[in-house]
Amino acid sequence: MSYIAIILTFVFINNFILVQFLGLCPFIGVSKNSENAIGMGASVTFVMTVASVVTWAIYYFLLVPFSLQYLQTLTFILVIASLVQLLEMVIQKISPSLYKALGIYLPLITTNCAVLGVAIINISNSYNVMEAFTGGIAAGLGFTLAIVLMSNIRERLELQPVQRVFKGVPIAFISAGLMALSFMAFDRSLLTNLHLV
Amino acid sequence: MKGKLNELTKGILKENPVFVLVLGLCPVLGVSSQVSNALGMSIAVLFVLTFSNIIISLLRKVIPASIHIPAYIVVIASLVTITEMVMHAFAPSIYSSLGVFLPLIVVNCIILGRAEAFASKNTVFDSILDAVGMALGFALSITLIALIRELMGAGTITLFAVGDFSGVITIPWFIDNPIRVMSLAPGALLIMGYLKAFFDFTASRKKDR
Repeated sequence: MSYIAIILTFVFINNFILVQFLGLCPFIGVSKNSENAIGMGASVTFVMTVASVVTWAIYYFLLVPFSLQYLQTLTFILVIASLVQLLEMVIQKISPSLYKALGIYLPLITTNCAVLGVAIINISNSYNVMEAFTGGIAAGLGFTLAIVLMSNIRERLELQPVQRVFKGVPIAFISAGLMALSFMAFDRSLLTNLHLV
Repeated sequence: MKGKLNELTKGILKENPVFVLVLGLCPVLGVSSQVSNALGMSIAVLFVLTFSNIIISLLRKVIPASIHIPAYIVVIASLVTITEMVMHAFAPSIYSSLGVFLPLIVVNCIILGRAEAFASKNTVFDSILDAVGMALGFALSITLIALIRELMGAGTITLFAVGDFSGVITIPWFIDNPIRVMSLAPGALLIMGYLKAFFDFTASRKKDR
């Protein structure tokens, strides 16, 4: 599969939030204003990219040679948890300003199922290391796209007369549903029409 | 005794993990397109949640406070790996339809949340009651969403095949007039939104009274 096809698949056709339902907690929790949404999106993209490459290397250089594939879930979650911790310390040391912007989101990312999800999907699609790297970036971009669009919608909803029982989470879900409806326009025929498969 | 019963029942309605606490949504929306998948997911969550609460409650005085989260994650991940292997061996069709959501039980906020908020502070017996109650609340919510989605989207109710019974119940009228979008991604989000609004509405009515 070409890299462009992987990007289109992860960003539009199988968007992590709106089609595969991975990472819904931050999607609903951190989408109240667009500034936070951009911060969350950037942090997730960063962690996903690093996590994709690191988990790929651990799977093929550590688990496969010793035929320990059944430990995949256990290893990946520990690797992602320590990776997030490490990244937090490294960013704090190298760039305090970046840390100020992303710092509060980093601890939340450990239990974000989208990060573990992309690691597992990379392995089950038997990607090579470059494809896993591309998959990580693209999945993060898809996540950012969805959460930023959502935060803009929610900022406008604040000013609209919404029924009392629908205020907050319910109307957010319904708007997300309508957004998912528009994402259904992208399917595998997009790749065929662009002669990518 | 009333207090003990409360530990069990609070998860079902008052502190329902899905509709009230809004936790662990990914599997709720991701595998609720068929009732049988929803039931498979519920069983997996019941098993993992009960045993993680038991183990963490037993070890609550041994685990040092500074590394409690990694310790909980290791316990939960081992239980999820056991569930994965058992399902792969005995229920391969459900294993493949749950797909990526089965390993993702590890990061389900309900399980880590109960370990942190309840099992680490209470006795084993109370923790079991809490786990079973929360798992039942989760199971009821995901099955409710799956029932609505499958009924409206396909006009069928898929259960497990036993003997002569194929496992698929067809519902007249709905089978001829399916609303396909309900079994697809947007339907899950829309139904979740309306059900959440309905739950908020009944909760606020109760409070006013």
